[in-house]
Amino acid sequence: MVTKVLMEALSPTMEEGKLLTWLKQEGDEVTAGDVLAEVETDKAVMELQARGAGVLRRILAADGATVAVGSIVGIIADPDEEIPDLPTAGAPKEKPAAAPKQPAEPAAAPDAAPTSPPSPQPEVPAPAGGRVKASPLARRMASERGLDLSRVAGSGPGGRIVKRDVEGTEAAAPTAAGAYEDVELSQLRKTIAKRLVQSLGPIPHFFLTTEIDMERAADAREALNALGDGPKISFNDIVMKVVAAALRQHRACNAWWLDGKIRYFEDVHLSMAVAIPDGLITPVIRHADRKSLREIATEARQLAERARERKLTPEEYTGGTFSVSNLGMFDIEHFTAVINPPEAGIVAVGSIVERPVVADGELEVRKRMRLTMSCDHRVIDGATGAQFLQTVKRMLENPLALVW
Amino acid sequence: MSEPVFVEKLDPGRGEFYHKLLNQMLLVRRFEERAGEAYALGKIGGFCHLYIGQEAVAIGALNAIRPDDFVVTAYREHAHAIVHGVSSRAVMAELFGRRDGCSGGKGGSMHLFGVERNFLGGHGIVGAHLPLAAGAAFAAKYRKSDQIAICFFGEAAVNIGAFHETLNMAALWDLPIVFVCENNRYGMGTALERAAAVWDVYRRACSYDMAEETVDGMDVLAVHEATLSAVRRAREEQLPTLLEARTYRYMGHSMADPIHGHYRTKEELEEQKLKDPITRLVHQMRDGGLITDDELETMRATVDEEVADALDFAEQSPDPEPAALYTDVYHD
Amino acid sequence: MPTITYRDALNEALREEMERDPDVFLMGEEVGVYQGAYKVSRGLLETFGERRVVDTPISELGFAGIGVGAAMVGLRPVIEFMTWNFALLAIDQVVNSAAKMCYMSGGQLHVPIVFRGPGGAALQLAAQHSQAFESWYAHIPGLKVVAPATPYDAKGLLKTAIRDDNPVVFLEGEMLYNTKGEVPEGEFTIPLGEADVKREGTDVTLVCHSKTVATALKAADRLADEAGVSAEVLDLRSIRPLDVDAIMRSVTKTNRCVIVEEGWPFCGIGAQVVDEIQREAFDALDAPVLRVTGEDVPMPYNKNLERATKPNPDKVIAAVRRVAYLD
Repeated sequence: MVTKVLMEALSPTMEEGKLLTWLKQEGDEVTAGDVLAEVETDKAVMELQARGAGVLRRILAADGATVAVGSIVGIIADPDEEIPDLPTAGAPKEKPAAAPKQPAEPAAAPDAAPTSPPSPQPEVPAPAGGRVKASPLARRMASERGLDLSRVAGSGPGGRIVKRDVEGTEAAAPTAAGAYEDVELSQLRKTIAKRLVQSLGPIPHFFLTTEIDMERAADAREALNALGDGPKISFNDIVMKVVAAALRQHRACNAWWLDGKIRYFEDVHLSMAVAIPDGLITPVIRHADRKSLREIATEARQLAERARERKLTPEEYTGGTFSVSNLGMFDIEHFTAVINPPEAGIVAVGSIVERPVVADGELEVRKRMRLTMSCDHRVIDGATGAQFLQTVKRMLENPLALVW
Repeated sequence: MSEPVFVEKLDPGRGEFYHKLLNQMLLVRRFEERAGEAYALGKIGGFCHLYIGQEAVAIGALNAIRPDDFVVTAYREHAHAIVHGVSSRAVMAELFGRRDGCSGGKGGSMHLFGVERNFLGGHGIVGAHLPLAAGAAFAAKYRKSDQIAICFFGEAAVNIGAFHETLNMAALWDLPIVFVCENNRYGMGTALERAAAVWDVYRRACSYDMAEETVDGMDVLAVHEATLSAVRRAREEQLPTLLEARTYRYMGHSMADPIHGHYRTKEELEEQKLKDPITRLVHQMRDGGLITDDELETMRATVDEEVADALDFAEQSPDPEPAALYTDVYHD
Repeated sequence: MPTITYRDALNEALREEMERDPDVFLMGEEVGVYQGAYKVSRGLLETFGERRVVDTPISELGFAGIGVGAAMVGLRPVIEFMTWNFALLAIDQVVNSAAKMCYMSGGQLHVPIVFRGPGGAALQLAAQHSQAFESWYAHIPGLKVVAPATPYDAKGLLKTAIRDDNPVVFLEGEMLYNTKGEVPEGEFTIPLGEADVKREGTDVTLVCHSKTVATALKAADRLADEAGVSAEVLDLRSIRPLDVDAIMRSVTKTNRCVIVEEGWPFCGIGAQVVDEIQREAFDALDAPVLRVTGEDVPMPYNKNLERATKPNPDKVIAAVRRVAYLD
């Protein structure tokens, strides 16, 4: 008797399941109740049981395949019984574990019009074994344009990417130089994402606020500026330096949300919000984590000036991994900033205000500043964001921690 | 004409000439012996074909031509090169593959050249040099010069197509050339009787209506006489001759081949050595009172020195430069 | 400018060079009294006499060798093989004597000889009379190999070949002798080792020589009309030395290449060109280099079978469509 093995709904909300591992092979004898495979559902890893007895004659979904609930993934039958000829189900996905680190895109400069959010990607077949087929010319052209070949659909034989394919592809997403790691979404993540979007709008924001004692930072700033050699350091410069350093320790916040995956960056490129006559623009301080305070100060000033003069080039205002926005100069004590996609976080800096504070049981007047972090809940969870903010607070309250 | 030419008595007025012939034969003999030793010591590589026993042919024939005549031979050629003007130093250095060899170290034993002396090689493909010699004769005739060409080859070469084609055209066009067949009876290991339907090489000339002659190749004076008349025929009448010199080699076909064994007996070899051309001339000169023992000793000693000097020169000469690999592929 | 046949262009070249240099002479079967098996040497015996225009017996090896020997001592022979198929008999002289003499002698000798004659297929001459021998000779260091496609190239290149101090293998074509083209009056030569762009284009490079130049040009015309593809036709003219720079310039411009050659595919001339391109212009290629060659069979006698073995514009167009991803 032929028994079809189906992808069963192993949770009330499950719509598809990933076949992690087959525990029985083609040709094995099975009885009803035997565990055939492990399946990852939207909630957990479950066992798929045999509903009939016989020989597992065919496996129609390979290890790692994701199939819709109700798809036929195998056939149990008597050894000689005729069985229907069925195609394999589901597309084999890449390994569920984190994808291997990829070297940075050799992006000279992304192409025109990156201010718009990334346009929907064209249908790109997953490269088998990771190798992209492209003609030598196409490779060279893509490299020159900073195009990721894996984003380009090939029209040549066997899906080979050729010159006209590269010419026809605009540099869709902005690129950021530096190493990064793409992580495939697990089922759990997918579900969270979907739910949040359904209830909260495009990017599910949540907000974390901390109040920072800025006495020591103020003293340090005064001392540095009194040295006289170099640019004048502002509080914003210090905040940016600290945020960049903290991001190195909290890589989970230094990321992009890309459709279907999260990209964690090795390098920190800080987007700095600058108010311009009819709006706002965010020039990027690249490798902010590796720059000194004076370098940041100098660059911030230059970028801000150029921003106001509308002289920024696309390469200068795209590619950031995290943002800082400061309305302190407008006496705003606290505000919540909107995240710049595809970034996952932004810190809103308020003004420094002298407040009465209880310290060691004594009432004191101290300089205080409120930071509010907005997080994309799809990428950063409460605790993750909180830990990051805590590090920022610690560094600002103990400036020497920066060089520790 | 099929009776072998034979010279009995020496001419007392030509003592100097006989000394020259003897000296050259001794030089070639000694050179070949030392070359054989050097080969056995690994200083000479590849193929090395020794002329020992055949001296009478090269020395006898090449003393019947002019320096401006063209000489073309195959690969058993050290003697011809030395006699027709390439120094023994340059020949030995070439055998050693050194920069100062007559071909710059790039030819080796089989490709000796001395173009200034009209020694045109030095060729490795059996019979392939016959048309080259005929071409040189053709050029002499074309230019209306009275130069001739003389071409040496073994008896095994007379069965290859190039022999036939060349002799036909030489006779057809009346080319001023002497074809000297050094019949040493054996190809590598195949006796002439097993390779040729007709054993008298000279008889093939009639296929081309060409003058023919045969001579005792162990008798330098006989060879000389026979060559003189062939040369005269070429130079004065512009007609070719096929001259068969019957000779014998004491060594194997090349240093890599057995001296005797399967293809000939040791007894045969010993018997042939009794007709040694050097010994023969020495006897003739002694009998004619044209050389003393002292003079002979001196001559041998001088020859030894010259060959030792040539060996020394070859040892000292450096390897060609690595860049020589790429030179002279084309002539600029 | 006069329009003359390829045959007459060769005749003029021979005539001019024999007048210019008394050391130049012509030797081969039927070159004199018969006026040349393909009439290339028509009238030369009458003008220059028996000494300089020499009829030979059927002895390719012999007279090729005589030519080499004469060249070794300073004459400048032009040896005609009635067809290059027969030159196999003489190949020992071409390769072991002519090509290697300069090198073996340490530069003491050089061999200023030209071996010429028609090569490749004609019409229904069958297996033994239809082979293209470019690869055989192009393989040899010490030889130069030339294959002109037009009367202009034939004349200019033959003159240069005769003046060259090295052995030159000069490959003509029975099917080319009657073709016509403009050839200027007056003295001109064409250097060896220089290719010629016969038609400029931007989308694909067609590398060809000898008879396939016309094939490529026809294909180029049709490609422009039918597919909007602009093909550049690069006539190699010399096989050895090969004008690698010209090939690279063209392929770097068009990013695509199809080689059109008459010979058999295995180890043919195109194989060498492909090697050069993939080594030197790898990053310029948008597609693999394809070759249109003769079919890998001995030449059949039947007319239709023979036609099927030869390159033709249809085959070239199909190859171009593949490298341009039009199908």
